[in-house]
Formats: sequence, C-alpha cells, structure tokens
Amino acid sequence: MSKIGVFIETADQAVKKSVAGVICAALRGGDVVGFVLDGLAEKYKESLGEYGITELVNLVASDIDFSKQPQAAGEALAQGVKAFGVTALLGVSSFTGNDLLARAAMALKAPLALDCVDVDFTDTYVKKSHFSGKAIATIEMTATPFVIGIRPNSFDAIPKPVTCTVLDHKVIVSTEYAITITAVDKAGSGQKDLTEANVIITGGRPMGSSENFKLLDECAKVLDAAVGASRAAVDSGYAPHAIQVGQTGKIVSPKLYIGCGLSGSVQHFAGMKTSDVIVAINTDKDAPIFTKSDYGIIGDLFEVIPALTKALKK
Amino acid sequence: MRIYVCVKHVPDTAANINIVNNREYDRGVKYVPNPYDEYGVEEAISLVEKAEEGEVIAVCVGNESAANTLKSVMAMGVHRSILVKTDEQFPSSTLIAKALAKVIKEDGPGDLIFMGKQSVDSEGMQTPYHLGAELDLPVVTAVVAFSLEGSFAIVQREIDGGVKESLTVKTPCIIGATKGLNEPRFPKLPDILKAKKKQIKSIDISSLEILDNAGYQLKSLEPVKERSNARILEGTTEEIVTSLVKILREEEKVI
Repeated sequence: MSKIGVFIETADQAVKKSVAGVICAALRGGDVVGFVLDGLAEKYKESLGEYGITELVNLVASDIDFSKQPQAAGEALAQGVKAFGVTALLGVSSFTGNDLLARAAMALKAPLALDCVDVDFTDTYVKKSHFSGKAIATIEMTATPFVIGIRPNSFDAIPKPVTCTVLDHKVIVSTEYAITITAVDKAGSGQKDLTEANVIITGGRPMGSSENFKLLDECAKVLDAAVGASRAAVDSGYAPHAIQVGQTGKIVSPKLYIGCGLSGSVQHFAGMKTSDVIVAINTDKDAPIFTKSDYGIIGDLFEVIPALTKALKK
Repeated sequence: MRIYVCVKHVPDTAANINIVNNREYDRGVKYVPNPYDEYGVEEAISLVEKAEEGEVIAVCVGNESAANTLKSVMAMGVHRSILVKTDEQFPSSTLIAKALAKVIKEDGPGDLIFMGKQSVDSEGMQTPYHLGAELDLPVVTAVVAFSLEGSFAIVQREIDGGVKESLTVKTPCIIGATKGLNEPRFPKLPDILKAKKKQIKSIDISSLEILDNAGYQLKSLEPVKERSNARILEGTTEEIVTSLVKILREEEKVI
C-alpha cells in the first residue's frame, strides 16, 4: 500500500483545524505520514492519531527557523517526500499551505494542484474550481509524486483512532535564502479564521457601518461562527479586506453560510458556493441570492439577526 | 529599471460559461485582463513613473484576441508587449511559465516581474512559482504592499485569519499581486488612442520549442449546478427564526 504525506500546518503551536479533513482525504490513498515543521510532533501526536495518522515526522534542520524561511520550509517538505517515499503530498489550501506546497512541488519538480475539493488516488485525479466556481475541472495527475492542496472543509474530519509514532528527520537545506519573513502583524487577527470556520455569517452593503457589524459578531459568538463581509461592504469601508468573502477575497466552504443583505453576485458565490447550507436574509424578495440559496428569509437583517441570536441562545 | 508584467486574457468573471466538447468552453464571451494581473500592472507602472525612468513590458500567453488585453494594459501605461500565441484554451501553468521565461530571457533580464497571484479562469495559483523555478528567481505571492530598498523588495502579504507578514526579498524577484496592493487606474481616452500605436510583438508558441511536461492533464470540465430557489421561511420574525434554528439543528444538523 502506498504512503501519502500530509503537511501538518500549525499556527502558534497548534495544528490548524482543517488539517484533520486533509488527513481523512489522504487516508483514501494509504497510510499517512505527517510532516511537522515546528518540531512539536510529540505535542500533536495524540490529537492527530485520533484521525488515523500513523507516523508523525519532525523535519529538522539546524540554524533554520522554518517559520521565517518559506523557501527552506518548502525544501524541507520536498526532502520529507523523498525520504519517506510518499506518492503524494497533501496540505490545507490556506495562504501558508498553498505557498509551502507550491515551493515543495517546485523543489520536487512535481505536478501541483491547489484548492482541490476532491481527490482520487486510484485513478489519480483531483477536482477543482474553474471560472469562479462556475465549473469543476477534473485533472489527472500523470506523474508521481504529486502535490495537492485541499480546500478547507472539503472533507469531513472523521475520527479513526490509531497509535501514532513520532520521529525526527534531519533535512539539509541551504542557510542563505533570498526571502525572509521579518515581522508578523496580528493586529487584524483575534477574530475567528474564516477559512477554518464551520459557520460563517456575512454582511453586505446594507450593514451600513462598521459599528453595525457588531450585530453579526454577537450572533457569531453564539454560533461559534466567523464573520465575513461582501466586497461592497469592504469597499464601503465597513469591514477590512481580511474578512472579504468572494472572488477577490477568501474562498470558504463552511457547513453553514448565512448571508445578510447580500445580493448574490457571481463573484461572491465564487467564494462560498461550496458551503453545505446557505441561508439568505434580504429585504428584497427579488434579490438573486434567493434563487441560489437553500433557505431564504425576506426581512430586515436588523430585525432578523437579533431575533436569530436570541433564538439560538434558547 | 526594466519591469515585466505577465498578464492573462480571461473571460470576465460575470460571464456565463458554456462548456463544450467536455473540456472546452464557448469563447463567445467578454474577455478582460485577469483582474489580479492588473494590480501587478499598476504597481509596475507607478514604480517607473516614480523613478522617472524605465520600461514596463507586458508578456502574455494567449490566442490572437489576447492582443486586446495587451492593448488594455498598454493604455494603463505599459510601454510595449509580447504575445506568445496559442489556441489552447487551458495551457498548463508549467507551459505558460516556460513560455514567459523564454521570452523574458530573450528580451533581456528584468529588475522585477509582476503578475497576479492567480488567474480567474483556471485558478491554478502556481504560475508565479513555475516562473520562479524557470528563471531561478525568488517568488512571493498574495502581496498587498510593495516597496524597494536598495537591492531588496520590502513586501507584505496577507495570510490567514487577518494576519499580515512582512518580508524582504532579494531583487530581481517575482511578485504575485492581489487585491489591496493598489487601485488599478482607468485609462483615459488619449491613453487608449496612444496605446494603439504601441508595439505588440507576436510569437507563435511552437517557435519556442517548449517541452510541455506539466505532469497533469485536464480531463473534463463540468458546469456546477446552482442551487434551485431557496425555501422561503414565512411567518412573524420570531416564527421564522425559530423554524430556521429547528431546521439547522434537526434537519440539516449543521449547528
């Protein structure tokens, strides 16, 4: 049986939640080896073993901080792929995931497909969006190993407890790189990560002000949801670009997506149409969003959202 | 200063895409320069304007009508263009990068190369990395801020969860631009007229003798079914939200 590698993406000494779904995708292809770049595999082995990962590898290099050297991190992942003989390397298609997977693929001269919503290891193909979500392409990977980024939440994280062993693997990377990460500014963070969230509640232009987004924050708190914004709301200055959902913002795929005051543009749907359930709230009964959502509420979000928040608390 | 901008001729994101022959689409739609590439074009032009010297050259791999995209970016201020012609609807990112690399090498080395972080047609998100591999240059994508300091570029990229990273990159380098980097300009009529006189050098891709070994192949393309009309919940606001919560908890089981 072949082995599949998974890049275990972490942030602040914790595994990203969407890694579990990627492990489940990888298990379709064989035993899973996880590659850890922050040296904390021992800390992660219990939680990851829950999802069926049997081997966790700390990729280590002296004098290199992978969190500051993306080129070295990509090189290390590539060496992990070679050393452990995996036929594919998978990871989360987050910003960091995409970046490091792409660098690893270049180092391996391996075919790469990012933002995939499906993967099949028997016929070696992936499925991914084309034309802003208007079409799905089936792409055959014709060389091994290949490198795949999985859109967060595309695969359910199904527990499959196994015993997970940890080992260290030394990689040899250059000590001089053209790219260095010099600072990380977390001022815009603090909020729940959109791409990681199971539930997202998004406000459009009718929100009217950044102050009014607090209404969504309150509802989001009860739902353990992340708050998003449409391009119109961002361009009007009601919300930062970091939380924009759609073509020129974040691509999300939560279990539940609640759109408040959204018209339902193609560009917005490009970023969220793979959500499991879409609920639309709009005062205009003819808004296009009602023709492509699962549930619709014709009403004023300023009435509906507080009422929904209250109902959810019950 | 010599700056290359790589641009792609793509269907407008608002266009309806009709799939034909299982893996192609009807090209009778409105085409535009790839929106992400426009951020790169704007950045390149304003750098040359600020420096008061230099040249911005656009390079595009596309069909005959991609000349329109080159005219658009030349109207924005790009000085001249090179079009590598192919009728393939979905040339691989590897093939595109190899063609771009060959053309750029032949035209003369650049101080910087800008492009969008992804195209809005095939959404591969990888051409900048392939170009970096071909030209042996460092690549940073999803860039929202850019400045030059000596032989380094100081850039910022927006990563997940609203976190921003600052990076230094040794130049020459390849920058994958995204929204937030700048506001691309709208060309005025005189600029559009002036652009008509600017040069587009046209090359057939076969003359570049590129080995297309992407290691992947588009097998099929299917339209994504839109959801049908939403089930409209009716009643007083209180009744509506109560039934919604019930549906989401008991039927859909998503909360």
